Amino acid sequence: MTNELIRGVDLADTPEKMITAVQKLAATQDPAAIPTLIAVFGYNNPAAAAIASAALVNLGEVAVPQLLAQIDDYNYGARAYSIRTLAAIADPRALGVLIDAAANDFAPSVRRAAAKGLGSLHWHKLDMPESQTAPKKALETLLFISEDTEWSIRYAAIVGLQTLANIPDLQQPIHTRLKEMLVTDAETAVRARILLAQNEKC
Amino acid sequence: MIEPSQEEFPSANEPQLTPELAIANLQSSDLSLRYYAAWWLGKYRIKASAAVDGLIVALEDEADRTELGGYPLRRNAARALGKLGDSRAVPGLIKCLECDDFYVREAAAQSLTMLPDRTAAPALMKLLDGGVAQAVQVLGRPHLVQPYEAVLEALGAINATEAIVLIQPFLEHPVPRVQCAAARAMYQLTQEAMYGELLVKVLGGNDLNLRRVALGDLGAIGYLAAAEAIAQCKAENSFKLISLKGLLEHQIPEKSDVLSLSDAAIRVMNLMDSLL
Repeated sequence: MTNELIRGVDLADTPEKMITAVQKLAATQDPAAIPTLIAVFGYNNPAAAAIASAALVNLGEVAVPQLLAQIDDYNYGARAYSIRTLAAIADPRALGVLIDAAANDFAPSVRRAAAKGLGSLHWHKLDMPESQTAPKKALETLLFISEDTEWSIRYAAIVGLQTLANIPDLQQPIHTRLKEMLVTDAETAVRARILLAQNEKC
Repeated sequence: MIEPSQEEFPSANEPQLTPELAIANLQSSDLSLRYYAAWWLGKYRIKASAAVDGLIVALEDEADRTELGGYPLRRNAARALGKLGDSRAVPGLIKCLECDDFYVREAAAQSLTMLPDRTAAPALMKLLDGGVAQAVQVLGRPHLVQPYEAVLEALGAINATEAIVLIQPFLEHPVPRVQCAAARAMYQLTQEAMYGELLVKVLGGNDLNLRRVALGDLGAIGYLAAAEAIAQCKAENSFKLISLKGLLEHQIPEKSDVLSLSDAAIRVMNLMDSLL
């Protein structure tokens, strides 16, 4: 059954047929569909990619190893969907990939998705001492990219930092950095997002 | 997927310039160095008064000519002056609106959008002479007789309400991008929602490039009612974020020391967060 639906995705020769085929495959919620759903990120069909991403988020942790292994280093559109999906599942095994994407990717869409995700991983699923050290690594990366020249990267870093401030140990450096950015940042939109973070959490 | 950030592929093969060297290069005997220096000064926002002076002089350059009689250095100087935000450039840019070279006129009008100064209104309005009937393609060239998009946008940006009667007919111009520019200007000059809604309608159309244009226009005019339509538009998140950033900035009182957040501003930021 799933095999037939996978073939349906492989054979789809119009954008509309692709969307329908991905919808049918997504509805199975069968882990056997995972590689095909990830491959859809590379087909330059945003509607189909959004359906595939939602299906993978639904499958959750079981999809994480293949999501990590199948990141497309040559297609930043596809990569952004992979990172966004990993961020939404929030499995902390994605930490290394998200750090690398946030700090080193050249594509802003990938970096923003990673920055947002770095704030909200489910740290408690890690054993000691990783459950303590992992969020600190996320913090380091977010503080680093909060100095980026591109406003949207700084904006995404603030969104990540706001969520990360749920961890009591990390609140102090996050408060300090946000205060500093509120004074120095040249962009009104970035300063507004800092205020929102301060109002909601800090 | 295309992203609007020009920083996306940082180029390593640019010659190393300093502001001093770039300003000096504006008068180099090597015309290609002049051309590059003018672009560089704008790109890196070198606002030193010597840079502005040098670029204003370059607006009258006669040395650098294309085969078709264009003025490459003037084009780059006009573009750079818009980015430097110095109002001393306005008279020179207004003069450029009469240049024979279409691309100099276009660059000047675009820069006047960024240096809003009402004294540019008569010269901009003159470029609309003949109205829509005269606003046709130049035979064998990839552009219309005047840079209508840039002119309409500039008239909106400088709040030239006296131009409303000239602008309104361009809502019916056969080129959709010109219609968008007219809608944008009409909204800025009248604040009437019907013109914002014309742009929202474009967001649902089937031309991706035009949807990107409308996203830019809605951001520029800060039309708040478009927020959800922007977030749902079929376009890349980078374009939608820039558009919503424009809406957000229109919700923040200008020149207030204390930034305060309205419910509308929070609504826009929640949409932006969802696009990361």
